[in-house]
Amino acid sequence: MFAGQLRFLYLLPAILFVVLCGFLFRGLSLDPSLVPTALIDKPVPYFDLDELDDRTDSLSSVNLKGKVTLVNVFSSWCGPCRIEHPLLLEIAARGQVALHGINSKDEPVAARAWLDDLGNPFGRICADRDGRVSIELGVYGVPETFLIDSTGRIRYKHVGPISENDWNKRLLPLIRTLRQ
Amino acid sequence: MRKYLIVFLLLFQWASFEASAFENDIPLEDRVLEERARELARQVRCLVCQNQSIFDSDADLAKDLRVLVRERIVAGDSDASVKEFLVERYGDFILLKPPVKPQTYLLWFGPLLITLFGAIFVVRWLRRGSVSPPHPAAREFSAAERRRIESLIANDEGED
Repeated sequence: MFAGQLRFLYLLPAILFVVLCGFLFRGLSLDPSLVPTALIDKPVPYFDLDELDDRTDSLSSVNLKGKVTLVNVFSSWCGPCRIEHPLLLEIAARGQVALHGINSKDEPVAARAWLDDLGNPFGRICADRDGRVSIELGVYGVPETFLIDSTGRIRYKHVGPISENDWNKRLLPLIRTLRQ
Repeated sequence: MRKYLIVFLLLFQWASFEASAFENDIPLEDRVLEERARELARQVRCLVCQNQSIFDSDADLAKDLRVLVRERIVAGDSDASVKEFLVERYGDFILLKPPVKPQTYLLWFGPLLITLFGAIFVVRWLRRGSVSPPHPAAREFSAAERRRIESLIANDEGED
């Protein structure tokens, strides 16, 4: 009985070490700088901004009800935005989900030129020049993409550019789930 | 003489004003409010660099948040309200000091508890002395073995 207890005590540090390794291993695939959105399941905060240019309708929060939508926060000076842009164009072309844009902390002239150059995937775009609406949305960098359900609630936020993998493995399944 | 110069320069370094990002903003006219803004800015994390407060950070977002903090103070928000405003939008991580709530009890009290358990364990271990299980061979010598030992010792002494 005594020997059995003692054997366990000797094993305890080893057991704790293995458990710690488990956590650390899991941590290897996590990004510590990712800040999860505090707005999950909350309704999109009210906003009503000017359009970016007169060829595309402006986006306001009232437009984000009625169906599942993606809202992409972007800027013309943002490198990763350029990287994810072809995928956004493809999403728009496939018509799998409504896609709108918020142009954050940007010069409308520069943003318009950027979209003219790379293509415009957005159904609606608004100009958040001072970045206040972005702050309301808890945006801390660009690009960020919000997935909003048909009741106008934020269900998911993707930080950083969307890769094919992110789209296929995370966003598309979520969109399908929300549509049921 | 040089020694005094070096000491003086080192002290000057310590006493110099912070050329922080906050100091480069346009300050509020009301000094009391500006002081509150300064204090609050020290407690809010810049999410771009994440290890700096918005007081120190030169990032765009930090500047926007400093302006926002000042605006809310001027609008009459209390310190707690301003923090709540930010936490509503960005989560607890925007505060440099995590709040004490059930999800963070382990974070706040964990190290203390581990130290406590460790201390208890050490005290108990010290009190017991070195405890080892009885070795299967560690029993008293039998009579036969004692005689053998004595004869070996006697032989040994005889050979010297």
